[in-house]
Parts: sequence; C-alpha cells; structure tokens
Amino acid sequence: MTALCVRNIAKAYESTVAVADISFSIGSGKVLAICGENGAGKSTLMKILSGATRPDKGEILIDEMPVLLPEPADAMNYGIRTVYQELSLLPHISVAENMLLGRMPTNRSGFVIDWKEANRFAGKILSDLGFGQINPRDLLGSLSIAQQQIIEIAKALVSDPRILILDEPTAVLSASETERLFTHVRKLAASGKTILYISHRLEEIFDIADEVVVLKDGRSVLQEPVNGLSQRQLIEAMVGRPLSTIFPKRDNRPGDVILKIENLSRTGAFTDISLTVHAGEIVGMFGLVGSGRTEVAQAIFGSRPAETGTIQLYGELLNILTPMDAVRHGVAMITEDRKGDGLALDTSVLDNVSLASFQRISHWGVLDNELRHKLVDAKAIELDIRPSGTDRPVRQLSGGNQQKVVIAKWLLVENTRLFIFDEPTRGVDIATKMEIYQIIAELACQGVAILLISSELPEVLGLSNRLLVMREGHLVAELTPDSFKPELIFSYSAGLSPISSQEVVH
Amino acid sequence: MTAIIPKTDIKKSFAKRFSRADLIFISAILILVIVASIASDSFLTQRNIVNISRQIVTNGFLSLGILMVIRTGGIDLTVGSTLAFAGLLATGLQEQMHFSAAICVALAVGGLIGWLNGWLVARFDLQPFIVTLATMGSVRGLLYVYADSPRYPSDELFRSLIGGAFVGPVPVTFLLFAAAVPLVWFYLNRTVSGRIAFSLGVNKEAVRLAGVNVGRHLIFAYVASGIFAAIAGVLLASRLGIAQPSVGAAYELDAIAAVVIGGGLLGGGGGTALGVLGGVLALAVVDNVLNLFNVDSYYQQLLKGLIILVAVLARRKKA
Repeated sequence: MTALCVRNIAKAYESTVAVADISFSIGSGKVLAICGENGAGKSTLMKILSGATRPDKGEILIDEMPVLLPEPADAMNYGIRTVYQELSLLPHISVAENMLLGRMPTNRSGFVIDWKEANRFAGKILSDLGFGQINPRDLLGSLSIAQQQIIEIAKALVSDPRILILDEPTAVLSASETERLFTHVRKLAASGKTILYISHRLEEIFDIADEVVVLKDGRSVLQEPVNGLSQRQLIEAMVGRPLSTIFPKRDNRPGDVILKIENLSRTGAFTDISLTVHAGEIVGMFGLVGSGRTEVAQAIFGSRPAETGTIQLYGELLNILTPMDAVRHGVAMITEDRKGDGLALDTSVLDNVSLASFQRISHWGVLDNELRHKLVDAKAIELDIRPSGTDRPVRQLSGGNQQKVVIAKWLLVENTRLFIFDEPTRGVDIATKMEIYQIIAELACQGVAILLISSELPEVLGLSNRLLVMREGHLVAELTPDSFKPELIFSYSAGLSPISSQEVVH
Repeated sequence: MTAIIPKTDIKKSFAKRFSRADLIFISAILILVIVASIASDSFLTQRNIVNISRQIVTNGFLSLGILMVIRTGGIDLTVGSTLAFAGLLATGLQEQMHFSAAICVALAVGGLIGWLNGWLVARFDLQPFIVTLATMGSVRGLLYVYADSPRYPSDELFRSLIGGAFVGPVPVTFLLFAAAVPLVWFYLNRTVSGRIAFSLGVNKEAVRLAGVNVGRHLIFAYVASGIFAAIAGVLLASRLGIAQPSVGAAYELDAIAAVVIGGGLLGGGGGTALGVLGGVLALAVVDNVLNLFNVDSYYQQLLKGLIILVAVLARRKKA
C-alpha cells in the first residue's frame, strides 16, 4: 500500500520557482532517499510535507487519501515528523525536557511534572534508538553535536510518527554513530514506518534506501530502486550531465618540504604526531570523528596550540600560538564548521571574503574600498559564487556557495604556502564538490602544500598524493596511492590493527 | 524580497538606504515638528533651535561612542560615570594647570577607562554588560573620592571658547558633534578596525580564525567610547560652567535608546552613525516639545520608554 504519494507539486516564491513539478510515491515500511544539488527543491519539498509552507499546485496523498497540510500541526496530525538539519534544541535544559517539550508527563494533579516518568520515557526512546548511554537527565548543552543530532531524531520519535523525514542526519555523525543510526532506521522501516531520507552522501543512499528520487531544478527527474542503480547514474541524474571524472588528474609534482611537524602532542587530543607536507603535495588525513585530525590541524594553525613538539615551516622553527601567527607565516585553514567559525553569516560576502586580507586592501588602517571591491568581485566571479553581488549577507547563500565564500577568503590572502582543508565539502552539493576538488588540485599545481582532512573516503583517495590515517589521537598509518584500498584504510581507522607503531605501507 | 540584485547594487539609491522602519520614524518626527511649530510659538524660534542643538551634544557623543561598542557585540554602561569624571577633571584641574591641559587629562582618563573595559572584555572573555556595569560603579565611586562637591572652572576662557561660543548662530559644541558624526561613519565603514569590529559583532571566532588580532580592535572600540564620553563631559561642564559629581546617572540609557531607535542592534551586527544622529535628534525633539507644552517629566519618561519599545518592535526581524 502506498503510504505517501506526491503528485505534480509546484511552489514559487514571488518570481522564483522553488519547486516546478515533483511527483513520487513510496510504500509503507520503505526508505526513500531524496537527493539533488542545493537549490534542486529539497528543502521546499520538505517544508511542504511538514506543513511549513503551502504548495501552489499539486496534491499530497497519505494512505491513498488526498490531504491538505496548511499548518505544521496538520502534518503532525497525519503522523508526519521532520528532523531538520539545523538543530532546534535548547542547551540549558535536560535531554528529556528537550525531547518532551510541550508534552511533559504530569502527575495526577495535571500541573506538576512527573520527572521520573519523563526521564524513564526519554531513556527508553534513546535506548531503543541504540544510544542508551545518553543520560536523559544531562543538560543538552553538555552533549556533543553528534549526540545532539541523535536527540533531535529521538524527539521526533516521541510521538510515534508514521512518516519520518530526516534531513542529512549524518552530517555530523561519525561512521560508527551513522551505522548505529542506520540499524535503527532499518528497524523503524521494518515496523512499518515510512522514511524520507535526504542526503548528499551517495554511499549512504545505497546503504540505507530502498528507492531514490532525484530532484533537479525543482523537478523529480528519476525514481528508481537503488538496487538497479550505479553511483555514476545517480550523480549524472543529479548534475544533469555526464561525468568524465569526478576528481581532477593527479599531475602535481611534490617539491620541497613546506610543513614539518615532529612529536606534536596535546593531552586528550593527540599524541606524538610527526608528519611532513611538501610543496605541491596533497596529503590526505583520514580518521573517524574524534580521532584527533581536526585537533592536529588546529595545533598547526594556532587556534588550539599543542603542548609539546615542534612545527617547522620551510625549514624555520616556529612558535605558532594564535591563528594570527599562522596566517602571517602563510598558513590558511578552512575549518570544518563554516557556520560556527568560518563565516560571519549576517555580514556581506564582501566583508567575509576580505576578512583575512585587510593588510592588502588598506593603507594605514584606512580601507581602499575600490581595490577591496575589485579583488572580492574578481574572486567571486572566479569561484562562481551565486547569486552574484557581494553585498548580500552570506546567510542567504546555499551551503555550497557559503563554502566558496570561505575558500575565497583564503585564496585572497597573498603568499599562502600551506592550505589546511578540514572537511571542505561537508553539506555541499555534488557540483560544488567537484569545483572545490578542482580548486584544491589547482592550488597543488601552483606549488601550495595541502593538508586535506576528510571523513569521506572517496574524497581523500581521489585527491591525495599520500594518505595519513589517524585513530584515537595517534597517526596509525601512512599510505601511498598504490595501497589506497578502502578496506585497509577502514581497518586502520577503526582499530582492527594495533596502534603501537606507525606503519608505512607502500 | 527581490529575486535578483544586480551588481550595481553597491551604489544604492538614496531612498533605498532607508528601511521601512526608518521611514516611519522620519515621518513621525517630521509630523511632530510640524504639529509643534503650528501649536507653539516658541518651537521654531532661533533660541529654541539653538537650545535643541546644544542639548543633543551630550547624548550625541555618548551615543556615537556606544554605537562603536555595540557594533562589536558589546555594550558600554560606564559612559555616564566617565562623563561626570571627565567634567570634574577638566574643571577641577584648572587650579593646577592650563585648561587645555586639564581637558587633555580628562580625555586621557576617559580613554583609560575605556581601555580598561576593553582589556577586561578581550583578555578574559568577560561579558561586556557585567564588566562595564562594574566599572560604572567603580568610576562613580572614584570620582567622588576625587571631588564630592561641584567644581567650577577658574579659567573664563574654558566657557567662552567652547561651551558658550558660537560660530554665527551655531553653537561650537554642536559643530564638534556634527564633525564627529562623519568621523564615526568613516571609522565604521572605511577603516580596517571598523569593519573588523562589525564582523566581531556577528561572529568573533570567525574573525579570530581569519588571523586577526581580535583584542586590539575590540579594545579600540571601548577606548573610543570612553574618549567620546569624556568629550561629552568636558563640553557639558564647559556649557553649564559647573561640573557636578552626580551628573550623568542613567545617561547611558538615553544613549542606548538613541542607538536602538537609529537601527542599532544590541548584540552586534547593525547600527550606523547617521542612524544615531536620527535617534539623538528624535529624542531631543520629543523632549523639547514636551517641555514646551509643560508636560510633567514623569510622562516624558513614560513616553520615551514607549518610543524605545516601538523602535524595537518596528525593527524586529521577521522570521
């Protein structure tokens, strides 16, 4: 039986068509993946299904009955629950209170909260979800971002929904957390719930979904079972053109040593890290979330300095204690959390892109506005940041374009010789991903040293000249392209081989 | 919302620079001015206009200073105390030195108080509200230690050259304020420090990770605010010919009100020098009109509070 059917839905905001014509249907107990580039209409579709906005045309059928969803409450009455990518939790109250907000159990009086029951109920949902180790009494703010994402999902499950919409739920989860979540998503589906799963990660779609719908320019261009589909077909449907290759050719030639770190340690983060990066070389760094990759990068960049060990840039021993020191010595870092610390979202593209280059565009502290506009405009055009016009607040841009703004900021800095990319394509559509890969490859060709941190294995495998694997704060392996085998890398990162000695595999 | 903004957007038309809320405020003030000039014989007289222009100087300097701090995401509650201290120093020290030297000392002390605020906020990552609340009390205490009774300027030039001086019909103090507005505009829009301060108010960590010396620019804003408050204090003492140790209590509230009415956002990310000018003018005209019609000062307080509420409501961001 068809649980949810969408027919010829369309929605325009004034003159902008967000959704032109989307149709699909899905049976109960199935997982339907919805994928498409940014701007393909995913978020509008999600808003329509959750009652946050009304379609101009088309109809929605639940259990083969046409329904109207003018308000979020209506969608909830039909058992539709949506888990948005942006967390909507309150850090200052407990996990249980967050999950049960607005529906706290009370004792017989009807006024007094029954905390015991609330905590028991929240704890049960969490342990059903496979995350029983989270204490419902803990303050939400004390949880990691990954755990908060889990709470967001648990909150949706409180009301026992029939249709669950998940928007990129794994964006902040580690591989093992993702696997646990998937196990439960499969369980939910087996119990007859219908799940709409929105994701950029193609591997996940093949892992979790029964069927996939591809959106392109506001239209549904493909609905098929994932079994008969290849990654390539899926990408081509999303991008709308055939792909010769996703990754640029590796024709860069490593030169002199740019970065050399020795025995770098910080308690609780990483231990005894030694590595080198050469000019024109892309060194990939792979590891699960929490393996210490980001922390090593932060130590090199000075945002959280190491306690012991040395950092050398171009043979010079440096004491990098702040990002200011690092930038002065030609280091750039694209951080993993662009909304949190990469961008000032409510300021313009212009202000964001010029933030690291004030020396270049000012004289005696006074801005050369003409030069500033000229340089920023040129970068915006070069990276094809859309929509055009650099006065727009960055918040109005899509995730992919926001990431381009971060990259543009660092490309504008002169004489940068080491680029650190930390998860450069997280939450970015496939077309922008390819553009970012191209930028990284071009930088390497110009002789810039690159440290590329990513938890997307295809990405590090496709771009790196050398791959470092981290686990639990240790560097556990160094591999060259002829030994880039996914199973091998996973086994190093997941701890199926001993940590004690760093292995060099050739 | 417009779907496509062309690249020529950088040079906006004059009318587009104003938001709907701005236009509502400007029209409301214009209507008030028109009604007042019809209803009262004294409103549009030269004497009254000169009066208004002198009265806005104090709040004007305080507001410009606070604007610079608010843009960084902070707040400066010390300004009222700094104003009183600077006024006392500039008059009281005239016994020991030339009045111009006394003014320099007063401004330097204002800058020092600002530096202390900024340093505490930047160095220890403390909340600006708490830091400046603490210094507000401490500075007030300190100034009473220095002088617990009013001080009078001993040098007659102190009054006649500044507070009592005119260029044609225009008071010199007003000219100083009028010159400060474009200066602050220039700082906010055309200097590295001003742009960094603005970004700091939106996302401090992003600025730090761009390799910028966050502390220096943060401290600068507080120092500027302290100096502006000191200027306001000196000008006020010079105009009145007396420096009271009790002056300036709750002045910070009027200054914050002017910034908010002019479009400033507490918590950072908004506010312009021109907006502050508008906010200061609006408050001054309202005060003046109510005075002309002999409205009880309690009602004045009430009305000012309502105006601030309306300003905040009108500028509320739509979700």
